Amino acid sequence: MQSTRKIRVLIAKPGLDSHDRGAKVVARALRDAGMEVIYTGLRQTPEQIVETALQEDVDVIGLSILSGAHKALFPRIMELIKEKGLTDVMVFAGGIIPEEDIPELKKIGIKEVFGPGTPTDKIIKFVLENLPKRT
Amino acid sequence: MFDKERIKEIEKQRERWENTTLPKWISHHPERRKEFRNHSGMQIKRVYTPEDIQEMDYMRDLGFPGEYPFTRGLHATMYRGRIWTMRMFAGYGTAEDTNKRFKYLLSEGETGLSTAFDYPTIMGYDSDHPMARGEVGVCGVAVSSLKDMEILFDGIPLDKVTTSMTINGPASTLLAMYVAVGDKQGVPREKLGGTTQNDNLKEFFAQKLCIFPPKPSLKLSTDVIEYCARHLPKWNPISISGYHIREAGATALQELAFTLYDGIAYVESTLERGLKVDDFAPRLSFFFASHNDFFEEIAKFRAARRLWAKIMKERFHAKNPRSMWMRMHVQTSGCTLTAQQPLNNIVRTTIQALAAVLGGTQSLHTNSFDEALCLPTEEAVRVALRTQQIIAYESGVADTVDPLAGSYYIEALTNEMEEKAMEYIQKIDDMGGAIAAIEKGFFQKEIANSAYRYQREIDEKKRIIVGVNEYTIKGEEEYPLKILRVDPKVEEEQIARLQKVKRERDNRKVKEVLEKLHYAAEKDENLMPTIIEAVKAYATLGEITEVLRKVYGEYKELIVI
Amino acid sequence: MSKTEEIVKGVLAGNKRSIAKAITLIENNDPEAKKLLAHVYSHTGKAHIIGITGPGGSGKSTLIEKIVREYRRNGKKVGVIAVDPTSPFTGGAFLGDRIRMQELSTDEDVFIRSMATRNYLGGIARATKDAVKVLDASGKDVIIVETVGAGQSEVEIIKIADSVVVIHAPGLGDEIQAIKAGLMEIADIFVVNKADRENADKAVIDIQSMLQLNNKEKAWKPPIIKTVALTGEGVTELIEKLEEHRKFLEKEKARKKSLSKAEAELVEAIKEQTANSIIEKLRKEGTLEEVLQKIVKKEIDPVSAAEKLLKEKFKKE
Repeated sequence: MQSTRKIRVLIAKPGLDSHDRGAKVVARALRDAGMEVIYTGLRQTPEQIVETALQEDVDVIGLSILSGAHKALFPRIMELIKEKGLTDVMVFAGGIIPEEDIPELKKIGIKEVFGPGTPTDKIIKFVLENLPKRT
Repeated sequence: MFDKERIKEIEKQRERWENTTLPKWISHHPERRKEFRNHSGMQIKRVYTPEDIQEMDYMRDLGFPGEYPFTRGLHATMYRGRIWTMRMFAGYGTAEDTNKRFKYLLSEGETGLSTAFDYPTIMGYDSDHPMARGEVGVCGVAVSSLKDMEILFDGIPLDKVTTSMTINGPASTLLAMYVAVGDKQGVPREKLGGTTQNDNLKEFFAQKLCIFPPKPSLKLSTDVIEYCARHLPKWNPISISGYHIREAGATALQELAFTLYDGIAYVESTLERGLKVDDFAPRLSFFFASHNDFFEEIAKFRAARRLWAKIMKERFHAKNPRSMWMRMHVQTSGCTLTAQQPLNNIVRTTIQALAAVLGGTQSLHTNSFDEALCLPTEEAVRVALRTQQIIAYESGVADTVDPLAGSYYIEALTNEMEEKAMEYIQKIDDMGGAIAAIEKGFFQKEIANSAYRYQREIDEKKRIIVGVNEYTIKGEEEYPLKILRVDPKVEEEQIARLQKVKRERDNRKVKEVLEKLHYAAEKDENLMPTIIEAVKAYATLGEITEVLRKVYGEYKELIVI
Repeated sequence: MSKTEEIVKGVLAGNKRSIAKAITLIENNDPEAKKLLAHVYSHTGKAHIIGITGPGGSGKSTLIEKIVREYRRNGKKVGVIAVDPTSPFTGGAFLGDRIRMQELSTDEDVFIRSMATRNYLGGIARATKDAVKVLDASGKDVIIVETVGAGQSEVEIIKIADSVVVIHAPGLGDEIQAIKAGLMEIADIFVVNKADRENADKAVIDIQSMLQLNNKEKAWKPPIIKTVALTGEGVTELIEKLEEHRKFLEKEKARKKSLSKAEAELVEAIKEQTANSIIEKLRKEGTLEEVLQKIVKKEIDPVSAAEKLLKEKFKKE
């Protein structure tokens, strides 16, 4: 039988905020683009997010946050990703994140940050183009 | 409203027009789209005429302002008497910071306070809880104990202001703290005025800040309604909220129908406590969003008022006209704000605010133009408040009551909104009520579908959002925003204060009163009196919520995409 | 050491990342998956494999969370595979079962994996069976498979699980019909969840009366247990019954059951391999494409087409 790889994506919401409209719309758009999307619901700790990514062996993690706690939570998530050796996972983020914070987030390994109003097509395209190479 | 002969004549003339003038024009100037629809999916006609409201009966359907069915407004003179309350949501950092902002807003002419709490407070966690990491004071003010509440309202006499508190799961605890501050200031409880949002039902499908499962959540909301009816006559115990339903992606119609249904559920639940409908219904209040589609929003507000009046009269047999009043607070829609070209948001907010005013709202919050990027700066908040003042004092729209009444379009749309909302209400009734619909994921599915459809329309440019999918500026745009940031020290200071409170209070007394609370919760008593006792002993919000978590369990969300 | 050997080593040591990678290889039909399974096979057969099925809304995921907690209290290592459907239109899937179990995901001795059916029918995925083997070989004492939950056609689980739990809940309306139609025979244990609701006793009686019709001569009489997944009520009893069933299998029918399981697996493997070789052949000849076009044009239906193809092309064989 032919080998059939599917793109697996974890959409995760760290922090306490409950604005999941964007996360869900993105999850649905990625699913409709043929991906397998794991959504773990609101208020996930960095530990839970990274542990889920590991067990589900996802290719991509999308983090959504609107509470402003990204500066406290994203570095912790990226640290855990390194710690667990998830070198073949691409991470992107979305939500309300001030422009001036973005360079710092990219420095710690977040590939892209999408603000409000990003078309879902753009996110799908981004995921497809930046899929980590896996052997 | 029109006699039959006249309608027939109009019909004949319309048909003639459709066969002569119209095709001639369209053949040279085709319309922009094949069909026009509003957010709720209702088809918008090319032109409205008396035919569209021929069944309307002025006295039955509109009446006079201040009289049933209140379509034209709750008060006889509306804004000719008093302008709506300009209430701006505020709160960030420590209690001291927000206290300062409150005093600033009062000095700028604002007439009511509105408190935003940070996420740990909203979820019933103290500032030192592990889940609170990075969130303390970020999206609102942190309140963990009565100490914080005392500082928050320091120097603000509680009998001179009204305070709205955006809090749901832990509403009883925050209200108890407010009552305790009032007691300390020597303000009689019957003089305390304000609102607790306290609408736990919508949390399950809209705002998703749920602590407990649906049934105990409804019980806690009802506790507050009952307690206020008996002891805090000027307090609005609940603000039945469509705003969050809308922001979660619902259409105007769904917002209207689901909010009113939540209202029905609260009334039913309070009636079970042995109160009469007229004992508490006058203090129920509502909270809606005002979105981009100007006329759709106006029609929604008018239909909401008329439909609620009918429900109270016909379904619950209210006698007091005030029980039939739908008093509403409106906020312009946060999810319409764009990060791109942020100054455009001032214009959006103006149009939305105008719709709320023409819809007859009692109070209004206007969003700040920078809110898609960060917490609003003082400058942005001022512009938002000025927007309301310009509408109130310069535009002239406040000088007559319900100026759009009688517009063929507005009245037809108001009727359609009401009819379709009734269909939803019927459907939810058949499902077994609000909690059954929540457990089935009905609301969740409806909203998720609308949210997705809306986004697809934007992606496919079927819906134009200026600066986002059309009229964009090439390259990275830079707007020199002064971004308000909460100092990370806030978290440290807040935790230090909390620990000091825990050291200095009488811990034996705290233990006692928490045990008493546990017992009361198991006995299914109204918890308000015990919670007031607990906060006065400086039991913290986290401790009180933890007791209730033990008794009621924690809610795990039902994911519907 | 080759990459696959490394993964095998990790799986046998219970390393979570290796387990995850192994399951991915299996799901993707990677050529390495066969090698991997050959290596781990001799380490399987120790775990108690529990299938959990029942209609949507019966509270499967919530109950599983409580079951896992209970097993953890007893010191057992647990694996969970939660299956959700793949959309036949887009090939995508939304996997949301683990949300109810998220607090368990950081437990060192719990491994949870969501799996899309990738259009496999019968309530599980094609890869589920082999993923269970990986978890088994990794040292898990209990492995729970949650099926899609679409109702009657979910009988595939019986080929994988030692014990099948069928969950029902009052107030689901006609779903009891689904249980009658298909799930009745496969249940080793019935659960009536949401037992704090009215009509719970009626649901129990319904199941009892159906059982009386069906299971007159069976050595194992499926018990009916009432649970409230939200509070965990009845879960201890459920675990006791599962343990009883496991012992029962071991004692009396273990050999038979595993023989029939082995048979089912062998038959499945033959089916898959023959089907694949036939399809490959047809594809190479171009016949497949030809017939597909006819089906698309509605000139022939797929079932008749298959019948005709097999008759014409493989007469001699």
